[in-house]
Amino acid sequence: MSTHEHHDHDHDHHDHDHNSPPQPDDKVHSYYQILGTAVKELLIEKGVVAADEVRRMIERRDSITPANGAKVVARAWTDPAFKARLLKDANAAVQEFGIDMPTTHLVAVENTENLHNVVVCTLCSCYPRDLLGLPPSWYKSKAYRARVVSEPRAVLEEFGTSLSDNVEVRVHDSTADMRYLVVPRRPAGTEGMSQDALASIITRDTMIGVAVVEPLQN
Amino acid sequence: MRGPHDVGGLDFGPVENATHDLTLWEKQIDAIRAVIGAKGIVSTHENRRTIEQLGHDVYDTLNYYERWTASLARQMIDKGILTQDEIDARVVQVRQRLADTGELELKEGA
Repeated sequence: MSTHEHHDHDHDHHDHDHNSPPQPDDKVHSYYQILGTAVKELLIEKGVVAADEVRRMIERRDSITPANGAKVVARAWTDPAFKARLLKDANAAVQEFGIDMPTTHLVAVENTENLHNVVVCTLCSCYPRDLLGLPPSWYKSKAYRARVVSEPRAVLEEFGTSLSDNVEVRVHDSTADMRYLVVPRRPAGTEGMSQDALASIITRDTMIGVAVVEPLQN
Repeated sequence: MRGPHDVGGLDFGPVENATHDLTLWEKQIDAIRAVIGAKGIVSTHENRRTIEQLGHDVYDTLNYYERWTASLARQMIDKGILTQDEIDARVVQVRQRLADTGELELKEGA
């Protein structure tokens, strides 16, 4: 990789597999921060991106939280017609919340008494960012990506989620073009709750499928 | 043969159920990638391909946004938007600037 600090200055664009990996004492982390800053400055100076566009994009990405997805799930729990639309055409259904995902096919998958869905992106980190914000670190980790497809029950146990043996576990591997939202099961004891109150108990991890929505304690 | 990104079914030990708030640097890389994606300069697929082509040495050593940064620099060079020499020269300048202000020491200790 010729952008590495200790590349051999041959500027060969095809040397991705050369044999000089960064060494721990190279202060690698600061190198990539510096590289990122350098590229950002050059792109702004050349007018490829504007500083203002980058700032606004950071604000926009920061403003998207799992509360978006929770609102969608809470509506699905309380409105059977909406749930049917969500499961049939999730892109159209989330547009009812002003969430537009023009370049991605969104698929909503529903957990039931007998079926539990889990989402991963084994190849990288594809994730329904418009609904859940940026993915958590563990979602991008090799351990999660590698193992949840081969031993999902064991991985779920590591998240504190135990599923009974008669529940089928279905793992969905995302791509750049197809991303998944898990509709978790609505717990008992929530019958009289408003959509807003329901949304407040629906967490990010339950919409990825590594957790279940806990029954209310009181 | 598996590429470095193709990890499905392998074993990398327990999942560390930890997360961290992104640093400003990580947010900037994320946002630049989103802006150039929205402008149609580099698609999600191109970004993925460039990251996959980093090779095991680089891919396995860098963290997530470090990979994105390496990939971003590569894409800008491949598309003729920036040159390697320009980037190298600016890296030297930024490093010097951070060293002058003492920020480099702080980051390296982190």
